[in-house]
Amino acid sequence: MPRTLGKVRPHPTQNEPLLFELSRPGKRGYQLPPLDVPEASPEEALGAENVRREIEDFPELSEVEVLRHFTRLSTWNYAIDLGMFPLGSCTMKYNPRINEAVARIEPLAWAHPYQPEELSQGAMEIIATLEQYLAEIFGMAEVTLQPAAGAHGEYTGIMLIRAWLASQGNPRRVVLVPDSAHGTNPATAVIAGYEVKTLASNEHGMTDPAAVAAAVNEDVAALMITNPNTLGVFEEYIEQIAEILHAKGAQLYMDGANLNALVGVARPGDFGVDVLHANLHKTFSTPHGGGGPGAGAVGVKPHLAPFLPVPRLRHDGRLWRWDYDRPQSIGRVRAFYGNFGVMIRALAYILAHGGEGLRRATLDALLNANYVRARLEPYYQIAYPSRSMHECVFSDARQAKHGVRTGDIAKRLLDYGFHPYTVSFPLIVHGAMMIEPTETEPKEELDAFCDALIAIAREVEENPELVKSAPHSTRVSRVDEVAAARKPRVRWMKGTKGAA
Amino acid sequence: MLATCGLSSLEDLYRHVPENALIREPLKIPPGTSEYEIMAYFRGQAEKMAHGYASFLGAGVYAHYRPVLCDVIAQRGEFLTSYTPYQAEYAQGTLQSIFEFQTLICQLTGMEVANASMYDGSTAVAEAAMMAYRITGRSRFLAPANLHPEYRQVLDTAAHNARMTVVGFPYDPETGQADLNALEQALDDQTACVILQSPNFFGVIENVKAAAEIAHRRGALLVAVFTEAVSLGLLEPPRDADIVAGELQSFAISPSYGGPFAGVIAAKEKFIRQIPGRLAGETTDQDGNRAFCLTLSTREQHIRREKATSNICTNQALVALMATVFMSLYGKQGLRELAAQNVSKAHYLADGLERKFSGKFFNEFVVKPRRLTPQQALEKLLEKKILGGVALGRFFPELADSLLVCATEMNRREDMDAMKEVLG
Repeated sequence: MPRTLGKVRPHPTQNEPLLFELSRPGKRGYQLPPLDVPEASPEEALGAENVRREIEDFPELSEVEVLRHFTRLSTWNYAIDLGMFPLGSCTMKYNPRINEAVARIEPLAWAHPYQPEELSQGAMEIIATLEQYLAEIFGMAEVTLQPAAGAHGEYTGIMLIRAWLASQGNPRRVVLVPDSAHGTNPATAVIAGYEVKTLASNEHGMTDPAAVAAAVNEDVAALMITNPNTLGVFEEYIEQIAEILHAKGAQLYMDGANLNALVGVARPGDFGVDVLHANLHKTFSTPHGGGGPGAGAVGVKPHLAPFLPVPRLRHDGRLWRWDYDRPQSIGRVRAFYGNFGVMIRALAYILAHGGEGLRRATLDALLNANYVRARLEPYYQIAYPSRSMHECVFSDARQAKHGVRTGDIAKRLLDYGFHPYTVSFPLIVHGAMMIEPTETEPKEELDAFCDALIAIAREVEENPELVKSAPHSTRVSRVDEVAAARKPRVRWMKGTKGAA
Repeated sequence: MLATCGLSSLEDLYRHVPENALIREPLKIPPGTSEYEIMAYFRGQAEKMAHGYASFLGAGVYAHYRPVLCDVIAQRGEFLTSYTPYQAEYAQGTLQSIFEFQTLICQLTGMEVANASMYDGSTAVAEAAMMAYRITGRSRFLAPANLHPEYRQVLDTAAHNARMTVVGFPYDPETGQADLNALEQALDDQTACVILQSPNFFGVIENVKAAAEIAHRRGALLVAVFTEAVSLGLLEPPRDADIVAGELQSFAISPSYGGPFAGVIAAKEKFIRQIPGRLAGETTDQDGNRAFCLTLSTREQHIRREKATSNICTNQALVALMATVFMSLYGKQGLRELAAQNVSKAHYLADGLERKFSGKFFNEFVVKPRRLTPQQALEKLLEKKILGGVALGRFFPELADSLLVCATEMNRREDMDAMKEVLG
């Protein structure tokens, strides 16, 4: 093992037991203020039968132990702050820290959702402004920010279609989903009460208008399409597809997970989409936080607007008000008003860029993806020859001949100091390698990433075992996920000891 | 870079996009601004908010002290800017902390498995109902009138679309608890679950054990709901429930005008394959070292597509991490003392006021102002820079004369005395 491999060297980290293993009776990491009222007896106040004896096995630690514990754990993570995260369709871009600072301004961060509207005007105006800017970016009439994440937005969007169709007399039964779609699309359609029919993509990786025409009938509520799709390919027949659907009274739903390819360049509302969701945590740079929080925005054409979830913001000429009187609304999809703290961050991102800046960011994202594609095409098999937008998809076809699969190459990338691309997705590409660099990566980082993948392509030919047994330099070697699923251990229990 | 791509201009990058699909005029969004201006804009918005008020607002969102470390940890870039831990070797920090989170939630709730978080409490309740449907094959849910009204609305929306029904049952107007006789009558063999919040929306502690026995007699599950996680520091957890759905906002998560929060679902071990969302599990690496990874993913949307247990993809991982740090800092003794302070404060505030319900309560309760209407009382309190509580008429016409008020460790005695003067 050489000490330097590309851009990385192994670095030492300490072992760290679980909180529960660190715990020692009587330790404390907190201090409460002295009680300024008489102490109530819990048994009397709550009823003796309701008082718990203790929280069994709950940890007892000092403050410095808690700090070190989580700081050490943090060093075992890869993150955008450490380098490029080329996960396709996940849009991992730089998270400007001004966004964090403004979300923590106290009167915004400490606002209670039930405090008087007169004393909440700042928050309400932030939400209204973000809705307006997003409607402009989407080319849609109205936007709701209630959904807590992208999949929650999909669910809201499909319910809107269902409610509109029901108001026309029949909610219909079927939702069409292309085979290139995110797994959330079919899952969402089923949860919203629909049956899913899968559409096969054509040889260019696109949804075929003829296939749509053959599948759509009076029983079809909508087609859920991602554009650009998960191959990073713009659906060139999108307007034709919209017309086919509309002629049969069906709706065009767009999954906006890949909206980072379109902002300021093309607007879904202009190319026939009736409803779309966008993930604020992707396109608008709010941090992913190891898996959330996100926020979903849903944009709609005017005919769907009366069905949007309650409450809606309305300005009465003097003040912003929450309007609950929406007789056609699908109802509520989440308590309160959505993930407001994420909305602040997204608005800060839009304000920083402005309209023209957003367009420039999109062009840079397209350029970066096409640059990576151009550099890697001599070494890896491109999945579809179609032009790439913000991401490019290769397959492991050439490396598979040496017995090396996309998952192995991904693990080897860890040794080179990069988080891998998306593996095993989209499902229609066997051995997929889906790469989305985003606009925030400098050329130097893109080159280092391409150099690493090119070096691995050489290793595959010269020493495939090295790649198949990767990673070699990470804190843990390849993790046994099969064993984890066979005998699930999803909590610590007293008396068990791990292999730390 | 353009040359490497074989292009001559940036516009060439989207030449293949049909002309009609392209934007015709520039976005109507003002030009970009500097960091200084962005800060000034949000500070300006903040000035239009309540600032410097004492607050007695609860109703599902609670003001608790947030230890500084919670934010310090959550703002570490390695947690803040990392992705969902699909690549286990590069995400052991996130994975171990999720495993610890799951364990802490089990210890807190008396359940055997917990997921890695849900969007919030309201959506967790709807997901718990759907989970009960998958387990029992029944499509009728019972929910008492004292469930958080907005949670009920979210449940109604979800049930309506899945073609299931939510049936309400009343609360006892004397105690404020769910009416268990009415529950018994409403139960039938098509009931998937009974949903019971404790402390309920009125702050009153429910008899979860009795409700579970009634539900189980008819083959229904009991879904226990909590909105005030601090209560579990002192209250017997809902061990008799089958599923617990709750909100962790009380654990170091700022009110933030209603979000982001973190919900959670915990359950009995036998239901592990029906639990929605992510699970982290313990395993080993090739060299036998302890390691963690996401597990049982075959329940999830990215593998099972239309047969997944839920469509959840992004959850609330970072917020759950803050709650994990909070629980670690307070620990066994601290959470109990914190809960005890809440009880003492709320009972001091209630002492001498006209409570609407006789049931035992934790840190919030329903009060009828003696001399004023709720609206008059709230206005009078605003003059004293106090946010006095939630007027219940907006949710319950029969309680139009009442307020829901809450006291936590953050409320000072002098503000409580001022409150009592107006409400007494």
